[in-house]
Amino acid sequence: MDTEINRQKMLMSQIRSLAFAVNDLALYLDTHPCDQNALRCHTDYAEQLHDLKMLYQKEYGPLSIYAPMENGWEWIESPWPWERGGV
Amino acid sequence: MWSYDRHLQYPVNIKTPNPALAKVIISQYGGPDGELAASLRYLSQRFGMPDKKSKAILNDIGTEELAHLEMVGSLVHQLTDGASVEEMKKAGLGAYYTDHGFGVYPQAAAGFPFTSAVLAVKGDPVADLTEDLAAEQKARATYEKLINLCKDDPDVVDVLRYLREREVVHFQRFGEALNGVQDKLAQKRFYIDKK
Repeated sequence: MDTEINRQKMLMSQIRSLAFAVNDLALYLDTHPCDQNALRCHTDYAEQLHDLKMLYQKEYGPLSIYAPMENGWEWIESPWPWERGGV
Repeated sequence: MWSYDRHLQYPVNIKTPNPALAKVIISQYGGPDGELAASLRYLSQRFGMPDKKSKAILNDIGTEELAHLEMVGSLVHQLTDGASVEEMKKAGLGAYYTDHGFGVYPQAAAGFPFTSAVLAVKGDPVADLTEDLAAEQKARATYEKLINLCKDDPDVVDVLRYLREREVVHFQRFGEALNGVQDKLAQKRFYIDKK
């Protein structure tokens, strides 16, 4: 059980890191839209983020209400991000 | 529109409640240089921006500020959740508890409620972006004061350091957007008389 929670936490930590990188690159690209290197990094991280979110949602439930919920309304089940003990 | 991602931008996991820290941190929720003011300032100013870069940066930084609002709210919530009424009273939150219980209300550290009087929308891109540069510096300075006040809890300081760092990045991006607007305004204009 503990290793499962650790795996979920590790996956979420990777998602947060990638989401941070994508967001920070987006701000940079807003004022440097012609920087090809930054653009490549953005695409690369955005693809990784998308794949990782798909994997996470399959195993641990939805990260957004736009995710299909095939096992009932899972959206309300896990702790929320602002709560102590949230992932 | 906006959609909700079910995770914080940076994790907040506070082990022990400490209402005294919540009492000061709440200023970055609803105070004059807080995240609510920041998000409303940028998301309202964006309608008056003249070029691609400034519209985009106000939209995207305004959105990130909403994520920071959530992080600061999480700090205040976790620092008060599980505290006793007695502990709230001892931390100087007796008056707060009277009006808001253990809820998270947008107010400044000194107790006055959030007001949009702390932000400006001038409808003038140079004036607005210059205000945004100052706003980021004021928020940075506030986080530094909070770090000084919260030294007892390294988990709190870690989150505050992250938020402080983002103010520095936003300041940089607003400076670039302002340069872009000023370059555009300085361009020579040619008018052709068709006669």
